[in-house]
Amino acid sequence: MTETRIKGGVRQRIPHESATKHVSGEALYTDDLPVIEGQVFAAIGMSEKPHARIVELDLCEVHESPGVVAVISAHDVPGYNAMGPVVRDDEIFASERVQYVGQSLFAVAADTVEHARVAARKARAVYEELEPVFTVDDAMERGSFVLPPHTMKRGDAPAAIANAPNCLKGRIRTGGQDHFYLEGQVAIAVPGEDGDMWVHSSTQHPSEVQEAVAEVLGKTAKDITVEVRRMGGAFGGKEVQATPIACVAALLADNCQRPVNLRLDRDDDMVLTGKRHAFRIDYEVGFDDDGLILGVQFDLAARCGISADLSGAIVDRAMFHSDNCYYLENVTINSYRCKTNTVSDTAFRGFGGPQGMLGIETVIEDIAASLGIDPLDVRSKNFYGTDEKNITPYGMEVTDNVLHDLIPALERSSDYRARRRAVEKFNYENDLFKKGLSLTPVKFGISFTVSHLNQAGALVSIYKDGTVHLNHGGTEMGQGLFTKIAQIVAEEFQIDVGEIKVTATATDKVPNTSATAASSGTDLNGKAAEAAAKTIKARLVDFAADHFGVPQDEVLFENNSVSVGPTGLPFKELVGLAYHARVPLSSTGFYATPQIYYDRETASGKPFYYFAYGAAVSEVIVDTLTGENKVLRVDVLHDAGKSINPAIDIGQVKGGFVQGMGWLTTEELVWDNGGRLLTHAPSTYKIPTAADVPADFNVELLDTGGNKQDVIYRSKAVGEPPLMLANSVFFAIRDAVAATCKTRVQLSMDTPATAERVLLSIEKLAKEVAL
Amino acid sequence: MRNRVRFLLGSELIVVTNPDPTVTVLQYLRTVARRTGTKEGCAEGDCGACTVVVGELTGDSVRYRAINSCIVFLATLDGKQLLTVEDLRCTDGSLHAVQQAMVETHGSQCGFCTPGFVMSLWALSANNGEATRSVIEEALAGNLCRCTGYDSIIEAATTVLARPRTEETHNPQAVHSALTDLTKDGPLEIDVDGRRFLAPRDLKELHGFQELYPNAVLVAGATDVGLWVTKQHHVLETVIYLGNIAELRVIESSNDALTIGACVPLTDAVPELVVHFPQLGPFFQRFASTQIRNSGTLGGNIANASPIGDSMPPLLVLNATLTVRRGSVTRDIPLDEFFLDYQKTALGEKEIIETIKVPIRRDVRLGVYKISKRKEQDISTVCGAFGVVVEGDEIVKARVAFGGMSATPARAPKCELALLGQPWTMDTVRKAADALEQDFTPISDMRGSAEYRRLVARNLVEKFYREINGQSVDVFAQVGSSDD
Ligand SMILES: Cc1cc2nc3c(=O)[nH]c(=O)nc-3n(C[C@@H](O)[C@@H](O)[C@H](O)COP(=O)(O)OP(=O)(O)OC[C@H]3O[C@@H](n4cnc5c(N)ncnc54)[C@H](O)[C@@H]3O)c2cc1C
Ligand code: FES
Ligand code: FES
Repeated sequence: MTETRIKGGVRQRIPHESATKHVSGEALYTDDLPVIEGQVFAAIGMSEKPHARIVELDLCEVHESPGVVAVISAHDVPGYNAMGPVVRDDEIFASERVQYVGQSLFAVAADTVEHARVAARKARAVYEELEPVFTVDDAMERGSFVLPPHTMKRGDAPAAIANAPNCLKGRIRTGGQDHFYLEGQVAIAVPGEDGDMWVHSSTQHPSEVQEAVAEVLGKTAKDITVEVRRMGGAFGGKEVQATPIACVAALLADNCQRPVNLRLDRDDDMVLTGKRHAFRIDYEVGFDDDGLILGVQFDLAARCGISADLSGAIVDRAMFHSDNCYYLENVTINSYRCKTNTVSDTAFRGFGGPQGMLGIETVIEDIAASLGIDPLDVRSKNFYGTDEKNITPYGMEVTDNVLHDLIPALERSSDYRARRRAVEKFNYENDLFKKGLSLTPVKFGISFTVSHLNQAGALVSIYKDGTVHLNHGGTEMGQGLFTKIAQIVAEEFQIDVGEIKVTATATDKVPNTSATAASSGTDLNGKAAEAAAKTIKARLVDFAADHFGVPQDEVLFENNSVSVGPTGLPFKELVGLAYHARVPLSSTGFYATPQIYYDRETASGKPFYYFAYGAAVSEVIVDTLTGENKVLRVDVLHDAGKSINPAIDIGQVKGGFVQGMGWLTTEELVWDNGGRLLTHAPSTYKIPTAADVPADFNVELLDTGGNKQDVIYRSKAVGEPPLMLANSVFFAIRDAVAATCKTRVQLSMDTPATAERVLLSIEKLAKEVAL
Repeated sequence: MRNRVRFLLGSELIVVTNPDPTVTVLQYLRTVARRTGTKEGCAEGDCGACTVVVGELTGDSVRYRAINSCIVFLATLDGKQLLTVEDLRCTDGSLHAVQQAMVETHGSQCGFCTPGFVMSLWALSANNGEATRSVIEEALAGNLCRCTGYDSIIEAATTVLARPRTEETHNPQAVHSALTDLTKDGPLEIDVDGRRFLAPRDLKELHGFQELYPNAVLVAGATDVGLWVTKQHHVLETVIYLGNIAELRVIESSNDALTIGACVPLTDAVPELVVHFPQLGPFFQRFASTQIRNSGTLGGNIANASPIGDSMPPLLVLNATLTVRRGSVTRDIPLDEFFLDYQKTALGEKEIIETIKVPIRRDVRLGVYKISKRKEQDISTVCGAFGVVVEGDEIVKARVAFGGMSATPARAPKCELALLGQPWTMDTVRKAADALEQDFTPISDMRGSAEYRRLVARNLVEKFYREINGQSVDVFAQVGSSDD
């Protein structure tokens, strides 16, 4: 690569493309768009019962409520009254049966948001209650599943466990997590001619919204256009579950032939939309006296809610990450997708990976405790090898293992061993507070595990004045995707990034896109945009060589100009000349990830193009009288390949870490006995605040010379993997809890590690030891 | 009758004639003024996306404070200045230093929370906040960000507070005189089809309004009442706003007592309390957020009578007394006789809390502990307050009060009895902790189980003992091993 001198080329730490608009309030989110003449506002009427037959739904009072313009329910849906990314089992409006508290029954449009929300509370429903299933335990007992169980195995785990010198059994339950994107779900549907519908949707997946809206309206994809400029956060919560919101807005708009804005109130959003899957993970492991795992079996049972949603792939990904960084010679992973009368759980940053990893990391910790050795040594003993012991349970060879550089480097930079001794000393000397320390690694597979989704398109146009319009299938949710893609195109054309405008993602510009998910946004769309730019550039090279009579290899793009043999001219001038010479200045680009395949029948293949790695060391302190705890220091070393924008990548690492920390500590979802979510607002559902972030928070990107695979500019995906670095916080807390007890016992602790759970764990330990 | 709300939006005078009495500032900004930079993230004061700054006359100057626009009624802005994120750019169109710092440190990702953070930081810098971690954390406790992990925002704050302050675009003198003009007229009286917003300026006007509308809902900071409207969709018929009544905003300190007007915002009330009871400093830092404390009042916290309101346990221990008033009649009620049952108080019809009087006792050793899921901006699971007077080795006075353990904030008589007259020892403390079992039968809810509440309440007695004996007992004040 030539020395970059343009402003905003790849590897430069430029700010987010919308940073100035963010800080000035000028960035427009869906609800900020100018109100269209005649626009009305909508609200959703929700079920009050967890499982019941709808005997009668009386909407008279809703109709009569002030300001009401339209009211619709299941029988007003002109097309198909259900959606779902894989299985169409999620009704837009419950028709005969409600299956969770909060399920959508009907929708109302009114002249103001307040009128709509008030009206939505006025329905009278008569129910005949049916027996609900709320928990994983209940569902497992009754065999209540949304999809059939699935197993992945290699070797003979039961025999290996039976023959091992040591064995352990254990269980961990992991809690769910609300996305808590700051911008709640919102869509605006605008009816057009021909019965067309234009939808502004805060979605990670415009193409799916387009298809679903077409289906509910009984129309076809060509009739529907979906657009999204930016989202105020998404985290997976707007991959599937933005779709019903857009569908309801479109149905109402179609019904009353007026633009409809449906923006969920925060409490409704939290009740009505799915969360990270809660898991129950049971394990059995056999290991030798050094802590080497000889055989392990996992039973993963996930609470999925009422429908399949993405649970198939999410629980698959939990299985794919039940090895994390460890070579498991003999392994069986059974998985269950439990159907419960709760909102349908959905994608959330990590997509099952975090839960899978917590399983194996618990195994490691339990082994370490039982042998009385540092968990880091048990981890190192079991890491994947480079030339041997490098095949995953699903038969994929790990060819890019960086753990053997990464872990020792982090161990040194974090001063792990000395701090381990300091923590032990502290714990010996103190009884009120106990400290804990933990280093946990992450290996995260990059690609959609459903292979065909790994494709992307882009559209690049150069205008006569030399400025560039860039569009691609990815959506901007804060992750910096638009910035990175602009940097890639700037680099290709060798022009300042300010010459490029990335415009709203829209289904009429780039069709048939995949969700911006699985951390793949830059990998896929970056390559597609690069391909489009390369096509145009090749035409310009052709033209310039011809026009100036020089060989093609003497046409060079550099720092906003083009040198053509001995002379040079500004990029803009070349573009002008090319236009007059009738050279096409617009092109699409396409990319499909090579090499990947997966056979679910045999649970084997190469589902991932590569792995992203990272590790973190966390130190915490726990108050043994209250269970309150604080993260004192965090050191992270993360592998982002050769970063396209290190500032954005470090932002992803820190943000992901803190979000993971929230999941494992203070973010607790509580339902009452009737299946009602009690923590449906930020007053009761507590995501981290600034004070929860350690003052000593050291994040470095690992320099490995770049991705071994031909990923755009040798970078690596960085959206999801850092979330799992926060596992170190949970295990540090566990470490501190274990330190309250002088003798070694197997500690069983679920997530999130709230102050309550920590204190009750300490109490339980004390009682066990006393026995 | 004056039915026009007048305020400065930036430097522009806005007059809104007879607005809906409970329309919020946020609703006004987004739908009427079409200033969409201010966002709604929750509409209940918890996320800070709606943060704006309100300028209010105080003596010779204008005082600027960040508040949550989502739960504050528009009409309360009468006579004040409202600043939103749109007001910050310099006259030449360049970014304000706070905004610039946020760009430089990559402090925004999705950007939805960003205007709120910018306004909180602007208020902090306008009030000459120090560039220390704890000051910044406190200023940002009411702003949630789900993307950045906060580190870059804290860096932006540190950067901007360390730089010399930039000139603001609005002229302070002009604002001062404009606001002075706006506050000259009679009380604001809005009436929209029988739904009213009345803003008396003194107790006499208040009494007049109360005679006319005996069932009017009193509003001070609206940090409780606002949610009745935005979340529970209650239609409030007549609202009487107490925030302009000078007599309710007094602070008087004598040798033996501190008297705080019911409508003094917590931001102003807390430092007064802390002068005499330093233990309350870190405790009140965990009471809601800066924005909420800028609006919310001590009187409102007490009158709301929530079993998990935080000011009550320490005030019960400190033996506070309320002066309540109806028309020209006043009476004193000791705080421990004020709470009758779940959200039921001894206040009679048309009676208001006028002041809260706290005796200053220098011999009381005080300990106050808040237990919540999250350190900042959370409601207590349990809140425990303890006060003892130890003479020689003997406990001669003991008061213990808890929030979160029963239907009202309440003293723990059995626990107090177990301490009184006993030697100041761990053994006494254990017995006092045991006695709590007879004082309270807590419930389970989303904030904590009964088992946890019981256990932690017991343990707080021990924590108090350790703190009084000189141990550092605040886990949030601890540092890492490498820093030892
Ligand atoms: C996000 C958020 C976080 C919070 N965190 C905490 C917390 O950590 N700890 C805590 O204790 N509370 C917390 N609260 C609640 C809280 O802010 C208050 O209870 C506050 O002190 C109420 O004061 P106010 O002036 O806003 O009352 P308002 O909402 O105006 O009024 C509350 C009640 O008191 C009555 N009232 C007000 N003043 C008087 C008076 N002078 N005489 C008679 N009646 C009166 C009103 O009629 C009403 O019934 C929180 C609230 C929010 C929204
Ligand atoms: S919108 Fe969340 S605090 Fe106001
Ligand atoms: S930047 Fe997205 S919530 Fe803060």
